[in-house]
Amino acid sequence: MLTLTGIDAGYGEVQVLRGLSLEARTGEVLCVMGRNGAGKSTMLKTIMGQVRATSGAILLDDTRIDGLPAHEVPRHGIGYVPQGRRLFGDLTVAENIEIGLMTRSKGARVRDSVLDLFPRLRERMGQVSCTLSGGEQQMLAIARALCLEPKVLLLDEPTEGLQPSMIALIRDTVVALKKTGVATILVEQRVDAALSVGDRISFMVGGAVVETMPAKGLSAASAHFATYVGV
Amino acid sequence: MEFGPFLLLALMEGLVTAAVLALTASGLSLVFGIMRVVNVAHGAFFMLGAVLAWFTAQWVPGPPAVAFAVALIVCPLIVGAIAALADTAILKRLNYEPEATIVATIGLLYILEQAALSLFGPDARPVPAPFNIRLQLPWFGYSGYKLAVVAAAIIVLLGVWLILKHTRAGLVMRATQIDRDTARAFGINVDRVYAGVFAMGAGLAAIAAVLIVPIQQAHYLMGGDPLLLSFIVVIIGGLGSLRGTLVAALLIGLSDGVISTFFAPTLAKIIATLVVALVLVFRPQGLFGTRTT
Ligand SMILES: Nc1ncnc2c1ncn2[C@@H]1O[C@H](COP(=O)(O)OP(=O)(O)OP(=O)(O)O)[C@@H](O)[C@H]1O
Ligand SMILES: [Mg+2]
Repeated sequence: MLTLTGIDAGYGEVQVLRGLSLEARTGEVLCVMGRNGAGKSTMLKTIMGQVRATSGAILLDDTRIDGLPAHEVPRHGIGYVPQGRRLFGDLTVAENIEIGLMTRSKGARVRDSVLDLFPRLRERMGQVSCTLSGGEQQMLAIARALCLEPKVLLLDEPTEGLQPSMIALIRDTVVALKKTGVATILVEQRVDAALSVGDRISFMVGGAVVETMPAKGLSAASAHFATYVGV
Repeated sequence: MEFGPFLLLALMEGLVTAAVLALTASGLSLVFGIMRVVNVAHGAFFMLGAVLAWFTAQWVPGPPAVAFAVALIVCPLIVGAIAALADTAILKRLNYEPEATIVATIGLLYILEQAALSLFGPDARPVPAPFNIRLQLPWFGYSGYKLAVVAAAIIVLLGVWLILKHTRAGLVMRATQIDRDTARAFGINVDRVYAGVFAMGAGLAAIAAVLIVPIQQAHYLMGGDPLLLSFIVVIIGGLGSLRGTLVAALLIGLSDGVISTFFAPTLAKIIATLVVALVLVFRPQGLFGTRTT
């Protein structure tokens, strides 16, 4: 379980997160929604130690991970799929996977199980990753994060700009991961996607979580979406 | 001597220049490519390698070949360690801001030169070659040691290439070069990679210096020319492109050999500078560089 309590964070003088609290539970998908600029990506970067929390605490189970050097955060089992994928573009598919595996010293067993999820990547191991299609790139970004065998998975708008079949594949992957006990934080802008994979939905406004609801209690017509996401 | 053999001699001299230059410039290129640091102190690391080789020759007893072998291994390691220290103590604190690191490495250059002046003195000092074999060609005799320098440079560069393309350390370096934040998100200790790359870059300059010092003598100001020529090579080849660096080193080295032999060394430098100007105007990313953001 990953817990954020009272997090303040930002870029230099600009404060973005203001007293943000949330909780990602084992075997559950927490969807985080909010308007552009609400601070969703900044929240994930803060968990990863790329943006420093100036107050508050981040706990992974019982270990405080805020204040760790950024490169030690993933070694505790946090897999990250950044917004815009951020693949190592000049490296091949195999090399991107290799870097994922290196993070927590995983071997061929993990590589095989990850590639079983995305057979299309297996056919393209030697291809330079920036020449992959958008959907394939997103598969690779997710595969790379899964190579950590993460306890917590952070996904920042993984379906942005993808066609429906690819979105369905990613959704199925995320849902399947729940059974393995992964705690997932999914930043998602699309209401139907949030409702179909999310167990709970947190709404962010101005750098804080203002409300968290079970997904079951919401429908696409709920006023929450209009108020907090603007759809 | 007739024209043909004379040209051959010029080309062989050029090849030696090119080999040493390729080593030195690839260090500069590596540091810029991965860390985006323009290391003005690179020539000082070169000088340090030569000066340390002289000290090694004084301290290690036995035949020159033994002292030379020790120098070839130990000097680059010492220079690399100094570079790693400078990276952690200075460049890291500046957050690798491009302008700040240029100023800082200029400072480092003076510190290293003054340190060499006080410990080593103002004189040029010779270091004996490990062996003195003369290769007798039909037209002229040629130093076997110079050819060994070329061979050694090729072996070292091949090693660098193997490390970068076929080892985990190389993979980590390339990933860091592409995106350091994402590298951190996958457990890569970027600070350590940078210290290692800076050490490796300086170490390459030191290897080049140890190889050349039996031909050239050690002097505390000897880093200027290699620095200038390395910049020329790296600009022509494309900053950060190792392949471009090698091709440009060959180009500059060979033309330097030929023009210096047939005309004058100054003309060789003038032409090299002109080529740089042309490249900067017509192909600012270098012959093999890709436009980076
Ligand atoms: N590197 C940065 N430096 C300064 N300000 C930044 C930086 N990155 C983001 N910001 C600012 O922080 C705020 C929150 O940005 P963030 O990317 O976290 O929003 P977001 O909720 O992920 O938005 P989106 O839905 O568009 O992805 C914005 O106002 C943005 O301009
Ligand atoms: Mg975002």
